[in-house]
Amino acid sequence: MRTLSRNTAAGSAPQHAPAAPAAPPVIAVRDVRISDRVTDREIVHGVGFELTPGKAVGIVGESGSGKTLTCRAVLGILPPHFEVSGGSVEIDGTDIATLTPRQWTALRGTTVGAVFQDPASYLNPSIRVGAQIAEVIRVKKGVKRREARRQALELLRAVRLRDPELVYGQYTYELSGGMLQRVLIAAAIAVEPRALIADEATTALDVTVQAEILDLLAELRERTGLALVVVSHDLAVVAQLCDEVLVMRQGEVVEQGPTHSVLHDPQHAYTRLLMAEHEQYGLDKFLTPKEAS
Amino acid sequence: MTTASPEARPAGKEAGAPAPVLAVEGLEVRYGRGRRGRSALRDVSLSVAPGETVGVIGETGSGKSTLARAVLGLVRASAGSIRVGGEEVTGYGNRRWRALRRRGIVQYVFQDPLRSLDPDLTIEDSLIEPLLIQGVERTEAVDRARAFLDRVHLSAELLGRLPGELSGGQRQRVAVARALVTEPALVILDEPVSALDSANRVQVLEILKELRAAGTSLVFISHDLGSIAGTADRIAVLYRGELVEVGAARDVINHPRHVYTRLLVGSAPTLHARTADRSEREALRARLAG
Repeated sequence: MRTLSRNTAAGSAPQHAPAAPAAPPVIAVRDVRISDRVTDREIVHGVGFELTPGKAVGIVGESGSGKTLTCRAVLGILPPHFEVSGGSVEIDGTDIATLTPRQWTALRGTTVGAVFQDPASYLNPSIRVGAQIAEVIRVKKGVKRREARRQALELLRAVRLRDPELVYGQYTYELSGGMLQRVLIAAAIAVEPRALIADEATTALDVTVQAEILDLLAELRERTGLALVVVSHDLAVVAQLCDEVLVMRQGEVVEQGPTHSVLHDPQHAYTRLLMAEHEQYGLDKFLTPKEAS
Repeated sequence: MTTASPEARPAGKEAGAPAPVLAVEGLEVRYGRGRRGRSALRDVSLSVAPGETVGVIGETGSGKSTLARAVLGLVRASAGSIRVGGEEVTGYGNRRWRALRRRGIVQYVFQDPLRSLDPDLTIEDSLIEPLLIQGVERTEAVDRARAFLDRVHLSAELLGRLPGELSGGQRQRVAVARALVTEPALVILDEPVSALDSANRVQVLEILKELRAAGTSLVFISHDLGSIAGTADRIAVLYRGELVEVGAARDVINHPRHVYTRLLVGSAPTLHARTADRSEREALRARLAG
C-alpha cells in the first residue's frame, strides 16, 4: 500500500520484521508540523509514520529537508524557537506534548535512544569512554558500580569492539570515528531502549566502517527487536536497512512507502532524481548483478 | 583464473606502450624517525601511461594523500623512486621541485579549492599566474585562461571575482582550470569532489571525463569507489600504506581479488545490486583482522 505526500502510512505492514503485526507502535508520528516561532513560518509540513517493535523506518532527504527537525521533535529536543505546531508524537502510547521534563528524562534512553553524526561531541573528552557508559547504566538502572562496569564491558563487546577492556579505559581522542560511533551506540542501547534514532550516524565514516555500523544496527534489530529510525541523505543507506522510506524535500514528505516499492516504482520526480544520481555515480552502474549464491 | 602473483593484473596498456607519465617504484614514505617512526607507504609501485586515468582508492589512514604529496614533492621518499614525465625526481630538493612545478608538467587539485587558489587573487590572476611564470605574455595568457574556463563550464564573467565570492563547486572548477592551463602531462587530484554537493560533484566528474577523453593523464585519488569507477581506466587500491590491488576499473569492481577490495566493494551502499550480505562482510572482516 503506497501513500503519497502527506498521508501517514500507518497501514503498511513491514516486509520481514519479526514483530507481530498487532504490536502497538513504540513511536507514532501523526501529521507533525514544525514551525519557527520567531518568523511564524512552518518548516516541516506534516510527517507521519508508525514504528512498531523490530521495524525500521528511513527518512531520506538533502540538508534542510526537515529530516533532522523531525527526529528532534520526536526526541523532544527541538532547537530554540522551533515548536511542534500541528499533529502529534506518541511514544509508547503517550502524547509527548503532555510529558513533564522529569517524565521526558525517564523516557529518553529507556524507551528511545539516539545517535548522531558527530559521536565525539556527545562524549566527554576527559573521562574514559567506558566510565561514561557505566555511569549511564548506574544512574538509569540503579545498579552498583561494579555491576555497571560489567554491563558496560558487555555492551562494548556487543557493538563488536575488538578489545572491550582496552577501549573501556581509553579517551575519545584515542579512538577512530567508527569506534566512537560504536561507543555511542553502546551508550544509547545501554538501558535497552525499544527504539533507536540514527541521524546521519554513518555519514562521516569510511564506507567499510559505515557498513559495519549498519550491519551492527541490523543485528541489534534482529536480536533484540530494536526498532530503528534511520535518517540519511543517502537513499541507498536507508534502503539497505529499512522496511519503509519517507522521502523529504523542503519540509514535505514527497513520497512514502515500503522500501522495495519506492525503489522499484518511484512515484515522485525527486525520488527518481535521487535514484538517478545514485545510479550515475554510485557503484550500481558498474556492478554486474551477482548470481545468487 | 590467473596465476599472476600477488594481486597484480595484466595492465593491458603497459605492454609496448610509450614511456609512462608517472612511474612510482618501491616507494616508501616514513613519518618520524627511528623506532618512533611509522611508514605511511610501503613498497608502492604504480605507473600512469600517457592519456591514462588511474584512480587510487583508499580510506582513512590508507596513505593516499601521502602518495599525492610524494608525487608532488611535498614529502620525501624514504626509499624507492619516482619518475615524472621520464625525469627521475626522487632526490630532488625544494629548488629543483619548484623548477619542475614551474614548468607545469605536473599539476594538482586538492579537496579544498582554497588550498589550490590564492584567496587574494582574482580568478583571472589565479588562472594566468602559471602561464606568466612560464613566460607567456599577459594578453595571450588571458586568452588561454578564458578558453580553459570554458572547458570547465564556467562563464568568463567570473574572471574578475575573488575565490571567496564563488560557490564551492565553482571554486573547484576554477582549481581544475588552473591546473590545466599549462597543459600538464599529469594532473594529481586528491579528493577533488569529496567536499562538493551532488550536483557539483556530477559536474566536476563530467569535466574529468572530458579531460580524460582529451588525453590528459590523471591520478584521481578518492575514498569513494563510485566516483572513481566512472572516471578511471584503472583502479589502484591502497590499504594501510600498501597497494593491495591494481587492475582495470571494471575488473576491480566486479571481480575484486584482495580481501580488502572485496570488503570495500561489498560495503558500498547500492540501490539494487546487493554486493555482499552481512555474513559475507563479517567473514571478510574476520579474514582482514586475522
